[in-house]
Amino acid sequence: MNETIGMVLVVTGLVFDFFGCLGLVRFPDVYNRLQASAKCITLGTCGILLGLICFKGFGATSVKAFLCLVFIILTAPVSAHALARAAYRSGVKPWSGTVEDEYSKDMDGIK
Amino acid sequence: MIKNVIMFMIWYMVWIFLSWPPEPKDIIVGAVVSLFVILMTADMMDRCDSKADIIRLPVRLAWFACYALVFIWECLKANVDVAYRVIRPDLPIRPGTIKVKVDLKSDAGLTFLANSVTLTPGTTTVDLDAGKGFLYVHMLVLKRDGRSIKAIGRFQKILKRIFE
Repeated sequence: MNETIGMVLVVTGLVFDFFGCLGLVRFPDVYNRLQASAKCITLGTCGILLGLICFKGFGATSVKAFLCLVFIILTAPVSAHALARAAYRSGVKPWSGTVEDEYSKDMDGIK
Repeated sequence: MIKNVIMFMIWYMVWIFLSWPPEPKDIIVGAVVSLFVILMTADMMDRCDSKADIIRLPVRLAWFACYALVFIWECLKANVDVAYRVIRPDLPIRPGTIKVKVDLKSDAGLTFLANSVTLTPGTTTVDLDAGKGFLYVHMLVLKRDGRSIKAIGRFQKILKRIFE
């Protein structure tokens, strides 16, 4: 039973990681590609790690997998945010199909 | 002081769990590393809580559980939505950066909100103007009628109860 749930979670994670990579290739600019890579984290990587926890039951491996999960959730958004901000500040222009860009206007006012 | 001791126990536990099953060398190195981390971060943790905060702790934890459920639900919805947009051949995206008004004041609350927004697929926090209370959010799909910021409003309502 646990193995079945684990398998389902791992496969779901792999599928969503694959969609994330596909988005990384298909989306037009830096900012949209960041969105695709952030998507890999929540269902993709978390799914794989949760699947591993189900697979192994309570033990040394599961505890480590759980800690990895917590640290990924804590650190991944920070790096995504830093990359997006750095890209804006170093003058990377958003894609031509962008409908709204309020940050470029206000950027200099924020320290 | 009590706070530092508690933090030391937490870091020590994390270390022990990471090196499970613990051997004598892990136990010694873990104590040294935890002590070092406490010495480095003691002044950051020094904002002393009053008694009223300790009484409110269970309520905050309950709201935190509620927040986790709402967040997971929003995440699942957004994940499926973005995956669908990735595999559509015509790539139906309308990206844009908008500013969203937030009325959270505490640093912890704002950090939580910004990180949750970034973790939700399809939205990334670009910058924060804490003085004026604006969050600059890049969205993969910007809807015309302001429906795209509904999830942020929902997060904010719960975070207000946890952190303020």
